[in-house]
Amino acid sequence: AFLLTFLSAIIMLIFICFCVHFQNTAGQFFSSGHTNNWAVLVCTSRFWFNYRHVANTLSVYRSVKRLGIPDSHIVLMLADDMACNHRNPKPATVFSHRNMELNVYGDDVEVDYRGYEVTVENFLRVLTGRLPPSTPRSKRLLSDDRSNILIYLTGHGGNGFLKFQDSEEISNVELADAFEQMWQKRRYNELLFIIDTCQGASMYERFYSPNIMALASSQVGEDSLSHQPDLAIGVHLMDRYTFYLLEFLEDIHPASKSNMNDLFKVCPKSQCVSTPGHRTDLFLRDPGSVLITDFFGSVRKVEITMEAIHLTDPILQLEDGPMSEEVQEKTYSYVDQLPVSEIIHQKPKQKDWHPPDGFILGLWTLILLVFFKTYGIKHLKHIF
Amino acid sequence: MGLLSDPNRRRALISLLTRLNAPICVLCYFAAVCWFMGLSFEPFTLRTYMSENAMGSTMVEERFPAGERALATAKEFGAHKKKVGGMPVDWLVKTMQARGLEVFTQRFSRTLPFPDENNERYIVEGTNVYGILRAPRAPRTEALVLSAPCSPGDDNNQAVGLLLGLAHYFRNQVFWAKDIIFLVNEHDLIGMQAWLEGYHHTNTTGMDWSPLQGRGGSIQAALSLELSSDVVTSLDIVLEGLNGQLPNLDLANLFYAFCQKIGVLCTIQGRIQRNDWDSVSGYSHAVQTMMLMVMKQASGRSWGDHGLFLRYHIEAATIKGINSFRQYKTDATTVGRLLEGMYRKLNNLLERLHQSYFFYLMPSLSHFVSIGYYMPAFGLLAVILLLRALDLWVQLATPPSRNEDGVADIEQSSTGVLSVLTPLVISHLTGAALYMLPVRFQEMAVEHFQVSETEAVVLTAIAVYTGGLALPHNTHRLISGEGTEQGWRVLKLVAVLYLAVLLGCTALINFSLGFILALTLVPVASFVTPHVPKLLSAVVLVILSPAFTLLFSVFIFQELQEMPVSFQDGWMLYLSVISQGILDHYLYGSLVYPLIALMVYPCWLLFWNILFWK
Repeated sequence: AFLLTFLSAIIMLIFICFCVHFQNTAGQFFSSGHTNNWAVLVCTSRFWFNYRHVANTLSVYRSVKRLGIPDSHIVLMLADDMACNHRNPKPATVFSHRNMELNVYGDDVEVDYRGYEVTVENFLRVLTGRLPPSTPRSKRLLSDDRSNILIYLTGHGGNGFLKFQDSEEISNVELADAFEQMWQKRRYNELLFIIDTCQGASMYERFYSPNIMALASSQVGEDSLSHQPDLAIGVHLMDRYTFYLLEFLEDIHPASKSNMNDLFKVCPKSQCVSTPGHRTDLFLRDPGSVLITDFFGSVRKVEITMEAIHLTDPILQLEDGPMSEEVQEKTYSYVDQLPVSEIIHQKPKQKDWHPPDGFILGLWTLILLVFFKTYGIKHLKHIF
Repeated sequence: MGLLSDPNRRRALISLLTRLNAPICVLCYFAAVCWFMGLSFEPFTLRTYMSENAMGSTMVEERFPAGERALATAKEFGAHKKKVGGMPVDWLVKTMQARGLEVFTQRFSRTLPFPDENNERYIVEGTNVYGILRAPRAPRTEALVLSAPCSPGDDNNQAVGLLLGLAHYFRNQVFWAKDIIFLVNEHDLIGMQAWLEGYHHTNTTGMDWSPLQGRGGSIQAALSLELSSDVVTSLDIVLEGLNGQLPNLDLANLFYAFCQKIGVLCTIQGRIQRNDWDSVSGYSHAVQTMMLMVMKQASGRSWGDHGLFLRYHIEAATIKGINSFRQYKTDATTVGRLLEGMYRKLNNLLERLHQSYFFYLMPSLSHFVSIGYYMPAFGLLAVILLLRALDLWVQLATPPSRNEDGVADIEQSSTGVLSVLTPLVISHLTGAALYMLPVRFQEMAVEHFQVSETEAVVLTAIAVYTGGLALPHNTHRLISGEGTEQGWRVLKLVAVLYLAVLLGCTALINFSLGFILALTLVPVASFVTPHVPKLLSAVVLVILSPAFTLLFSVFIFQELQEMPVSFQDGWMLYLSVISQGILDHYLYGSLVYPLIALMVYPCWLLFWNILFWK
């Protein structure tokens, strides 16, 4: 009789754990909160000797497209045309690996802003959405409050600025303000900002809007170095950080579970010579729970299950979808600047409830004690 | 503040100035000489580096394969040249067309003002042949030039052969963003001048040329090739151009970078670099290299066919192949690869070379001295002149102490100007005579004396120069009144300031010329007064005059090139240098001869006048 009770207790326990696991999966299923993905990829420098910046941008474009984000959701800005440059010994190609292993230009690249259209003004207009009505859709960032946006910038930069096209600069303050405009206009759910320039970390120092994660290829005072020259073409093909980023991304497929912590480890100082940096204090989720494909891919979440999944209470309470953050519970109105710091430092939003680990351990201990009490300690030697 | 407006302080300053004037001047002079000599001391120089971002490092793959074929072409060219007895125009046109270039020719002719005995020519007629390699995908807005001269005899055959070989190889590449013009010019500098004038639609020297039918856009850079042997042991780069203008240092840096990459021995001024800068012989080697550059720059001649490009703001250099007795020989393929590498890098340029220095001196190919470092040497010499001027001003401003002729004092202000004006005008008229008479009256001289035209010109120049020495004794008979004490001071003040301005302007444009002239004329200007011993000072003044400076420079130049000459040969060389200088002025617009004849010589004559002031 006791054996039966014991067995049923174990089965109950397993079932509870299973449910909990399902709840975890369900939680994870809807944890990221985004429904669409956008990418804004910008190369800001022109001239033949800046071939590597165009190659950088095109390699990120290639990865992002491969992982599922369509051209209609990618805004690609290239400040110069390297593939058709008169000096290119292999016209219509842009290589990222020496000996012409990988042509990142391909035959289906779609450049939205090209040449002299890549200006600070156009970039900021794309981000904030303030474009003239005549702008075609391919040149707009039509994101909403459920969009995860990847923003990748590369070019020549310095402490606090990024040079556009040899004639103008964008400062880190302008960029931070642009992101704040995006936040207030509910143009993004979460933003991943990657920058590969010299002293790139200075560009994300001034961000103050929530839900932004930033990565940079070098710290303030350091130069980002280029990777390898190709003697036949006569220029450096890629920058180090983006080269190793591309290698990392080539291993990612749409079902990958790699998370941001792996991304932070890309290109350590031994490979990059500069020290890559990242900033996650504005981001409300734990970076370990953020998948790479949340930003780099456009993953349609489909899971086939035979079970009915009970969405836990907090999800049911809201009308417009699974999980939502406390901020979006309010009505859509412009918030004040000051409460932003409040939002950053508020207690983290509640995760799915699962039984504390101690409870399971205590339960097992109780079972063991009951067993030995009932059957006597002398049976211990039969077990071990 | 109180320093200059307080009369007591001012008097103290002025007395300090007058007391210490001579010692400070001597100190400055020696400081200037020491500064100049110290310029070639290696710790005081900077290593050369590439400043132009677009050219980057030597990151290209050179694949020129056809050195042997180029040499075969060179032999063919030599044979045709001998057959035609000049420039084989038809063969060149056919060969260039076979290589896929757009070929054009230009005829030119020039009658020299007097026969050129060095090159044995008087009436020059010739043809330039050039082929344009059009950039496959680029608009025809920019061009690069590779030129080789068609020299009489067997010289430079290999240069033309290599040029044609490179043309064939370049034609097969798709990455050219600029047109490349392959030019074979006849009669070296004259042909080059005709081509450049035709290309840029200017006619500054009175040459007669047919207009160019084909053009390539604005020229960004040019290289001139001189190669007379199948193998070379070293490559020499020549930078000095017309009027002492130098190409952008980046061109020399590019050459040096590729020499190091490919492993060819490269020299400048024909001297190999040494590593032992801390030893006396190493230092003197560097000094000699720099002095060679200074003398070449001061002469204002164009020391290679590239020199004429510089005034059109086209960076150009001449690369000479030297075959001396050395074990390691470089073949034509390697030289071709070096040129290919340089042209690929120049192809990457987006703007004209402007990031590096335009004014520099090179004690060796890997070190340079920029204008900011060498100008103080000249500045110290100019300071001497200014101190002297101040001293004279002070002396002029204190007349009451010297009251010998009270009449002259009152009249001083009115006769001062007139008494100064006469020597000025007469000196400049003599200078004008020195400029115009030699060439204009050469026929008359040939009639009356048994000399050739060239000798007539040169000897007339020397005669006018020496005739000017007799002036002071004669002009004083023309002036009614006698010169006063104040008179010579005013004249000296004017002369010193005139010399300062003249030398300053010269040094800005052609530092070497300005510095060498300053070295000899500044002591003259400082010490000459009517009261110094006449005979001794006259001798010193003549020795420090421009003509003798030129004579000494000729001897020193020959010494530096390790080909010392005897006095007879040196004198002949001196005469030929004068004739070449006059020819350079008429043919290419060199400014050294007019400068010396019209400005420096009259200035020196003023000091001669002061010496003999009564």
